[in-house]
Amino acid sequence: MATTNNSAAQAGTATKKRGQFKETWRRLKKNRMAMIGLTVVVFLVLISIFADVLFDYDTVVIKQNTQIRLQGPSAEHWLGTDEFGRDILARLVHGSRVSLSVGVVAVSISLVLGGSLGAAAGFYGGTIDNVIMRFMDILLAVPSLLLSITIVSALGPSIINLMLAIAISSLPGYARIVRASVLTVKDQEFVEAAKCIGANNFEIILSHIIPNCMAPIIVQVSLKVASAILSTSGLSFLGLGVKAPTPEWGAMLSGGRAYLRNAPHLTIFPGIAIIITILSLNLLGDGLRDALDPKLKK
Amino acid sequence: MAENKKDLILDIKDLVIHYETDDGTVEAVNGLDIQLEYGKTLGLVGETGSGKTTTALSILRLVPDPPGVIKNGSITLDGKDILNLPQKDLESIRGNLVSMIFQDPMTSLNPVLTVGEQIAEVIGLHENISEKEAADKAGQMLEVVGIPKERYGEYPHQFSGGMKQRVVIAMALACNPKLLIADEPTTALDVTIQAQVLETMKELREKFGSAMIMITHDLGIIAEVCDEVSVVYAGQIVEHGTLEDVFERTLHPYTEGLFGSLPNIEERRHRLQPIPGLMPDPTDLPKGCCFAPRCKYCTEACTKARPEMKWVSDTHYVRCSRYDEPGFKIERSVQ
Repeated sequence: MATTNNSAAQAGTATKKRGQFKETWRRLKKNRMAMIGLTVVVFLVLISIFADVLFDYDTVVIKQNTQIRLQGPSAEHWLGTDEFGRDILARLVHGSRVSLSVGVVAVSISLVLGGSLGAAAGFYGGTIDNVIMRFMDILLAVPSLLLSITIVSALGPSIINLMLAIAISSLPGYARIVRASVLTVKDQEFVEAAKCIGANNFEIILSHIIPNCMAPIIVQVSLKVASAILSTSGLSFLGLGVKAPTPEWGAMLSGGRAYLRNAPHLTIFPGIAIIITILSLNLLGDGLRDALDPKLKK
Repeated sequence: MAENKKDLILDIKDLVIHYETDDGTVEAVNGLDIQLEYGKTLGLVGETGSGKTTTALSILRLVPDPPGVIKNGSITLDGKDILNLPQKDLESIRGNLVSMIFQDPMTSLNPVLTVGEQIAEVIGLHENISEKEAADKAGQMLEVVGIPKERYGEYPHQFSGGMKQRVVIAMALACNPKLLIADEPTTALDVTIQAQVLETMKELREKFGSAMIMITHDLGIIAEVCDEVSVVYAGQIVEHGTLEDVFERTLHPYTEGLFGSLPNIEERRHRLQPIPGLMPDPTDLPKGCCFAPRCKYCTEACTKARPEMKWVSDTHYVRCSRYDEPGFKIERSVQ
């Protein structure tokens, strides 16, 4: 769509930024697995955006209809119905909203917070490093699910608090990863060269160090979105996450547990949904890491 | 001391820098003096570990601290007292008034930024212009060092070593610095590329009128580009003079040793005469002349006291106590 714009601007040197983006996209396109991942992720995002168009929330998703409970897949209910006679497909579609948004928001919060703490710790070292990392160690000492439970019970169960709880419990992971990669990068000569041209610490961290640490961060993000979705499920199962009857993949999974022998589709389909989401995020993350690395440019 | 009040871009007096580690104090620089006029080129020659790079970094106040501590001395750069400037002023000086070319272009460029962006960054930091103008100027700088500006958007790994070093030079010169510090700029390059890069540097230095400090252990490079030479040994200048002074009228035994280790294309009769021994341990420097343990002219007195600076002409001085004896000459000057 911006091709005419682009070719006109190509002549000037200041427009190389866009070229870089195009370049990344071109390389990402070559990676078939990453493209599959991307397609699935885009598909899931679209589904969650248009969930209301596909299935009406009040009459289909949460309305109980015990006459048709625990039915297997059929033409009318593609993925069958659950223990209250609700359509599983409809609940999965609406559940993707909760799962995806919790995953994305929780990871963004912990990435920004944990990442900046880790970068500061790695770059400045000494006392700052010690204070930040010992604090992270304290967070790490408490099992992350337990920590999330504590935070949610202290703040009260709601989706926002759930996101916060998951974000805080995954802070140390980001801080450690970013700190470790900053440590490997900060002593390289180009950082010294950046100091020599008069860049201040903030500029150096932002424009020289962080771009060099992207690979582990991207991988961590794509893995953590997945684990955030799982944590949401776990907390929902304990009654600390999403309240019934709001559909949520993890809650659906654990709700179907009791019927595993007679109606396994209650657990299988939400499970498959979680697996597909996580797998495609990981594939996309892997592909992005390779595509963003200029050294692998072919 | 010859009191000639010239216009100095750089005036380093009695600089002492120590690295204080748990294993002991490394005496990297011990009372070093440098005076450099605007537009002139000074060569710093010396062995690995003689304190050349530390001196260069101290001019930018970039000696890693800890463990590096500037114990004593003063550095005046273009009238500014570098050792007492606040961080903010230092940042505005670095890259602008004084810039540095590093030894290894492979590592001194950021691998994930395009070369153009890296040059534009220097310009953007120091000149109050828009991003687009900075990018245009960066493109021009690429042309100046002989790289077509179409390659603006390429990454460092797509360039050869010599071209990377040209990019580094373009970065260093982007803001017309008054002083350029080149820390072994050609060590990582092969000989033909060395010649090209040196030629570029020489040309550009003349064009931009920058003064330059060339740090190297290659006397050939010194002969090629420098006006003045300082020979550094164990963090002190043991001999300083104009190019002719040091090359033709060599005084210090160490300088003689350096020349003795060079192969001579015309006279292939002699074996090379390397300097025996190693640099003294910088954590435990000898009490007397630091070169005494390796010096064939060494006397009892040499091991007792550090030699003083001895001016033999307006431009030439040496630190060797043997010159207190009338008629003392090293072998090189007898030939």
